[in-house]
Amino acid sequence: MSRQSVAKAHQKIQELSWEPAYHEPVSHYGTDYTFHKAQKKDPLKQVLRSYFPMQEEKDHRVYGAEDGAIRGNMFRQVQERWLEWQKLFLSIIPLPEISAARAMPLLFRTVPNPELHNGQAIQMIDEVRHSTIQQNLKRLYMNNYIDPAGFNSSLRNFQSDYCGTIGRQFAEGFITGDAITAASIYLTIVAETAFTNTLFVAMPAEAAANGDYLLPTVFHSVQSDESRHISNGYATLLMALSDESNHQLLERDLRYAWWNNHRVVDAAIGTFIEYGTKDRRKDRESYAEMWRRWIYDDYYRSYLVPLEKYGLVIPHDLIEEAWNQIWNKGYVHEVAQFFATGWLANYWRIDGMTDKDFEWFEYKYPGWYDKYGKWWENYNRLATPNGHNPIALEDVDYVYPHRCWTCMVPCLVREDMVMDKVDGQWRTYCHEACRWTDAEAFRPTYMGRNTPNMGKLIGSREWETLYHGWNWADVVSDMGFVRDDGKTLVAQPHLNLDPKKMWTLDHLRRCPPLQSPNVLLNEMNDEQRAAFVADYNRQGPAGRPARATA
Amino acid sequence: MTATSERSVPKPEFTDAEAGAKVFPDSNSRQYNYFKAQKRKQSHYEDVTVEVQPDPRHYLSQGWLYGFADGKGGYPLEWTVLKAWGSDRPVPERGPGSGGQGYEWPAHGWHEFRDPNEEWELTLYRYNANVVRQLNQNVEAARQAKAFEQWNQNWVDFVARHVGAWMHVDHGLGLYLFANANRRAPTNMHNNAISVNSMHRIRSAQDLALYNLTLTEEIEGFDGTAHLSTWNDDPAWAGVHETAEQLTGVWDWCEAIFAANVVFEPLVGELFRSNLVQQAAPANGDFVTPTLVGAAEYDYAERDLRYTKPMFRLLVDDKEFADHNKKIMQQWLSDWVPKCIAAARAMQPLWSQPDARPPRFEDGLDRAKSRFAGILSDLGLQAPKELSQ
Ligand SMILES: [Fe+2]
Ligand SMILES: [Fe+2]
Ligand SMILES: [Zn+2]
Repeated sequence: MSRQSVAKAHQKIQELSWEPAYHEPVSHYGTDYTFHKAQKKDPLKQVLRSYFPMQEEKDHRVYGAEDGAIRGNMFRQVQERWLEWQKLFLSIIPLPEISAARAMPLLFRTVPNPELHNGQAIQMIDEVRHSTIQQNLKRLYMNNYIDPAGFNSSLRNFQSDYCGTIGRQFAEGFITGDAITAASIYLTIVAETAFTNTLFVAMPAEAAANGDYLLPTVFHSVQSDESRHISNGYATLLMALSDESNHQLLERDLRYAWWNNHRVVDAAIGTFIEYGTKDRRKDRESYAEMWRRWIYDDYYRSYLVPLEKYGLVIPHDLIEEAWNQIWNKGYVHEVAQFFATGWLANYWRIDGMTDKDFEWFEYKYPGWYDKYGKWWENYNRLATPNGHNPIALEDVDYVYPHRCWTCMVPCLVREDMVMDKVDGQWRTYCHEACRWTDAEAFRPTYMGRNTPNMGKLIGSREWETLYHGWNWADVVSDMGFVRDDGKTLVAQPHLNLDPKKMWTLDHLRRCPPLQSPNVLLNEMNDEQRAAFVADYNRQGPAGRPARATA
Repeated sequence: MTATSERSVPKPEFTDAEAGAKVFPDSNSRQYNYFKAQKRKQSHYEDVTVEVQPDPRHYLSQGWLYGFADGKGGYPLEWTVLKAWGSDRPVPERGPGSGGQGYEWPAHGWHEFRDPNEEWELTLYRYNANVVRQLNQNVEAARQAKAFEQWNQNWVDFVARHVGAWMHVDHGLGLYLFANANRRAPTNMHNNAISVNSMHRIRSAQDLALYNLTLTEEIEGFDGTAHLSTWNDDPAWAGVHETAEQLTGVWDWCEAIFAANVVFEPLVGELFRSNLVQQAAPANGDFVTPTLVGAAEYDYAERDLRYTKPMFRLLVDDKEFADHNKKIMQQWLSDWVPKCIAAARAMQPLWSQPDARPPRFEDGLDRAKSRFAGILSDLGLQAPKELSQ
């Protein structure tokens, strides 16, 4: 480094700030927020002269560790239970990362303060870093882990799979719709500030406990860029707060972004940490304990609450409700159980839970066994093909759930499911907050106010619709989740790699056809639909059918 | 002996979960199988880049999930008027029982583009870190050798004003043209290459700004703010200034990249850097400025132009839309060449400012034009008649 201090250098590059004299830069994106041009400090204080060598040095450490792991035969002690879930996680996460890069230009014209744009451009290239460094890690797993299936077809899988679709919101929400809702509130204020700690710190710590120290190496390196992104978001948020007319939109967006992130991230990361680990030491933190620390205390109490005095309306109710879902309503357990129910439509192998796991769950979540224990025993009983069908199609006291139209995680806490007719279609939602998101927030008017820039929920949001009436063997072939012998499934409900113990298309061929809950719902008459809701709300926990009323 | 309680740490276990430990279906399928490599073997670059940005025309069975207010999600092909084969086929419709199949990969010609620089994070940080390290060393060595003392007053002014003014071109295009365009293109290969291009320009702008700061500290009477007044008020810069702003205002991302990298850079950028600063500096006793300007020249000539050419050549040679694309690109040439030539001509007074004069302006412009004509012929395009202006 030259002798110039960072502060002086940073001061100097402010002279670059671009104030057009003849033509304005193109305006591709809109927002319903109002921003006033005001002299603003670039919160990042990052000069590329020091940035590039710093990042290169971080790379040296990452790639050095990767070489070391291979030379040291790390995969001889990696837990397959854990690494299988990385087939899902590492298929999802490069897209949110690259989408964060793509999101930065949404802010250029909508936040008219050129001092902030330098930081946004650096965030853009950071996110290119994250996306490609993660693709590279996945490639290393594919090359060195015992079972490459699912890694080798990773991005096609992710783009066809219902879990991938859940994860994809965590990317598409950054780059579409109202520019501030997307690139600032959803991406920076909630996804990065609240949830990257569980994603990139807590989860990798669990990887290390399962013999994989490369995930922490890569993701800690990623997370070290994140504090800069958080400052970008904070600066924009303060500017938004300075105009009263934004407060209502901020309230809307914080509610949507908080709830959606909770639904999506807690579903996935909660499952990886609780059901993907072999580390059952009683003093290791559960996901609920981590959540309480990272998200409730660090994010909610320390970051959000102090913003209340600037006029930010904080969704206290939804934050408490998210905790209620995790602690009292078994959200993570319900999701893990569903992922395992739906193993046959996935592209990784899901290990069953053993007595040792049961004991840990019971210790961390008293009452767990009564709810979920029997089902996991059935899962083990039905794990290898032996004349029966996959567990989703056997009678194990589990009602196949409807999807939430908004967050696309199924409506698993059955009592919370709500139904509404929106855009001419009957839709189920996992919770009132998800109904509100679709029916009220993502609309061109909000509480009587025009919101012409707000985005839309689009797409074929219920996966089963696409395969309504199909044979399961054709479904799995259509998605491409088949190994190179042309018949063995990529997914398995166990970890045994003996080909005789593995499920094939032939086993699926004899199963009953797939039925779309949403298609069936829309075929019902009013009376049937009312009865369906009443019954559904009485189901659970653990997907149990409603008990007959006395 | 004192009793110590056992520390609670996870216990490693021997799992033998390494490649090759067992044989079973897929046990040897160790390459990404969802795309076709450009060459015989999949490159590392392709592995970390291809298909990260999805496309409902081949996979993505449930379609895009979030859209803008107009209902468009993802990366609409209509964000440029250029077309690659397959662009006109509709996005597969999904509904009850439709299944998830799209068109066979790649579904359309946009996915055939590969960045010949093979840029991903490892390469981009290595490259740019090397550049800034080398430049730092050059400037530091010059400072210690008191090299700036040899500059005459006119050259000091020239560097303060004119070399300084260029930082604004780099910064404005880097942010509002290139970084902006990284949201616009339909594939990850395009957008990653464009984002790397953006960082070259922003870095180069900062290189010039920090060099300007060093000179302010080292040279008595060096005016560290002259670049601002020159950029804003000097008539010799008005054409460049206006054209650069016009470039940032282009709606169509292909037009923006084309106008910047195919037209503006050879006719204005290289004219200024290679045919003025690089030629004038040595005779005026300056061996430092050329190292900075040379780094920017290398960025453009060896990296940014290097990806731009195949990006557009693919479209010129497209099996379905070659004529359509060529016609549009010719029109872009007719629009942008006169603007850039006018901007270049307005800069002419700069050639007579240093004590030791560079080669004549007209000779420099001729060289820039013939270089530009060479780029067009590499692209299979015709030099427009406006080039003779
Ligand atoms: Fe990131
Ligand atoms: Fe980030
Ligand atoms: Zn939901």
